[in-house]
Amino acid sequence: MNARFTLTKSGRMSAMALVGLLASGPLTAQAQTELTMYYPISVGGALTDVIDGLVAEFENEHPDISVNAIYAGNYDDTRVRAMSAIEAGNAPQLSVLFSIDLFDLLEQDAIIAFDEVIETDEEREWLDGFYPGLMENGQIDGQTYGIPFQRSTIVLYWNKDAFEAAGLDPETPPENWEEMAEMAAAVREASGGEQWGVMVPSTGYPYWMFQAFAFQNGHRLMNEEGTEVYFDDPAAIEALEYWVSLSRDHQAMPDGTIEWGTLRQNFIEQASAMMWHTTGNLTAVRNEAGFDFGVAMLPMNTQRGSPTGGGNFYLFKDSSEEEQRAAMTFIRWMTDPERAAAWSIETGYMGVSPASYETEALRNYVEEFAPAAVARDQLEHATAELATYQGGRVRRALDNAVQAALTGQMSPEEALKQAQAEADAALRRYARSR
Amino acid sequence: MLIHNADRRMQIYGALLLLPAAVLLGTFAYLPTVATLINSFFLPGFRGAPPEFVGLENYTVLMEDRTFWRVARNNLLYALGTIPTSIALALGMALFVNARLPGRGLVRMAYFTPTILPMIAAANIWMFFYAPQIGLFNKLLGALGLSGVNWLGDPGVALTSVIVMTVWKEAGFFMIFYLAALQSIPPELKEASDLEGTSRWSFFWRVTFPLLMPTTLFVLINALINAVRVVDHLFILTKGGPNNATNLLLYYVYENAFSFFDRTYAATITVVILLVLAMVATLKFTVIDRRTHYQ
Repeated sequence: MNARFTLTKSGRMSAMALVGLLASGPLTAQAQTELTMYYPISVGGALTDVIDGLVAEFENEHPDISVNAIYAGNYDDTRVRAMSAIEAGNAPQLSVLFSIDLFDLLEQDAIIAFDEVIETDEEREWLDGFYPGLMENGQIDGQTYGIPFQRSTIVLYWNKDAFEAAGLDPETPPENWEEMAEMAAAVREASGGEQWGVMVPSTGYPYWMFQAFAFQNGHRLMNEEGTEVYFDDPAAIEALEYWVSLSRDHQAMPDGTIEWGTLRQNFIEQASAMMWHTTGNLTAVRNEAGFDFGVAMLPMNTQRGSPTGGGNFYLFKDSSEEEQRAAMTFIRWMTDPERAAAWSIETGYMGVSPASYETEALRNYVEEFAPAAVARDQLEHATAELATYQGGRVRRALDNAVQAALTGQMSPEEALKQAQAEADAALRRYARSR
Repeated sequence: MLIHNADRRMQIYGALLLLPAAVLLGTFAYLPTVATLINSFFLPGFRGAPPEFVGLENYTVLMEDRTFWRVARNNLLYALGTIPTSIALALGMALFVNARLPGRGLVRMAYFTPTILPMIAAANIWMFFYAPQIGLFNKLLGALGLSGVNWLGDPGVALTSVIVMTVWKEAGFFMIFYLAALQSIPPELKEASDLEGTSRWSFFWRVTFPLLMPTTLFVLINALINAVRVVDHLFILTKGGPNNATNLLLYYVYENAFSFFDRTYAATITVVILLVLAMVATLKFTVIDRRTHYQ
């Protein structure tokens, strides 16, 4: 891109001058476009180094653009940082934020659609090149606001050694809810109470895990417009009852809530034979686990399913056209198939486009390490992550319901009814205005 | 005339001396307070519309907000759990390291270490202490043959777990103040009471403790402020969960302002917190201050 730009600009120059320009390299008198980008890291690991490396590489290739990438904590922290910066009149030009922040960002009038910045057919093609399942959370009213970057689904990690010790087939993960409960209970029993069968995290993002259960039971928790939720549907109640039963009836999962932040460590120290976690942990588990493990799609009840999750690129208002173009250049570079493949290998996040799985690097990687393809294969059964207007309140209501049920404070039905009432109250204005 | 002039000059001089503090306080304390109060009478703008004036509606909503009362109750328990315990512990530690004992400097440093850790770092350490399967506490309990506790995941225990961590973090800081105060107590008092044959117990209650009262008052106010002001550890340990079992007032304000984008409701809660704190502070300075013996 940049090379072409330089050539057209210097088209009128003599060959001598051109040589001189090239020789002087990055120190040409071109004005630099400065971009600020906030980005989150929600899983452990040295991912900040990876991002910094990518940014440095980009700047090397595009000396006319400088990117100031600021690591801002988890998804919530990053949103707060970006929003505060906007309020202080110091808006970033682009950021990686939670894919489900779309409605809130729209309401705060903070972002613009990629359709507004796109100019050529080639760019339109690029926009259509991602997995449709990953675009669900980024599009509304036919406009695209979010470009998938660090995206994941929930997968089942299982410890093959523990399965073998419990007399189970180490190569066969549970296919459905019933099998998962049975296998988990079997592990628990065989270990004499030393090891848990399965852990599903219930802090951090309880609504996300619950969405998986509900979807496996054939139920979607919200409408596409983000104005209504369906938490107290019988299918949702049944899903929560199953989750609760894993500890209460099957004694296969610890009582109370399970911490998102320490769960990976639990699995690595073999405190649990199975865990549900984001694919974003894949590389870390691979590096740290001292046993043989496998990764599978989540078990099904009436259908397979997992919500997608993770972060998208957004373009912010209040930036000049030049900055918006530069931001586009950067985002296109970052989501380029080769880069997406490298990012996926480095982290475990998904390659965001079919083309990235066609690259040699990722093809070889998947061949040698089959779990890396599970998230991609599961994508065909994926659903959008819970996103509505008043998203914070609505998710919090559901989080509380899940935790109240898991800790035995309320029955699943009571808890979900209360969450429904709270969410309805929060969404009242939006349901009416549609 | 001349006297009058000199008087006025003194007044201007005094006002000028006050000015820097007044400007700073005005900009960073009083102005935001007034802005918060004004904000609390509005509803946030709906899809880009300007905020709407609603009078006291936010306050009536707040009074009926079950989560708010839950959070307020949590905060009261949290204050009752952290303040007396950390003060008593601080005093105990100060008395201990004020006495002659081998390796005194080392012990003092050990007690003070939690204070210099940032709250977030401390919380990250404690998260792994508390982790149910792999955590330190449950491993210790397991070694004794006891089944472990889900320290942060059980709503009946979670708040206590947070309190224990806070006490661990704060006691060392308060100890420093007590230690300084203890060293300023004249040794003659101890010599005199030894001659009189006073027991150590009554010496402590009759002499040491009353002389430490100004420090206790200072520490008390600091502890109270911290009980409302410091919620950093919640971000790491529990995020206010499970089901609001560990949610505290300031964290609830943060949630409303930054997770729910409801600035005006957050302002309303803030105003209520300010009122309660102002009342407590007045009470402290009028009642307890009168009973405090300053040297």
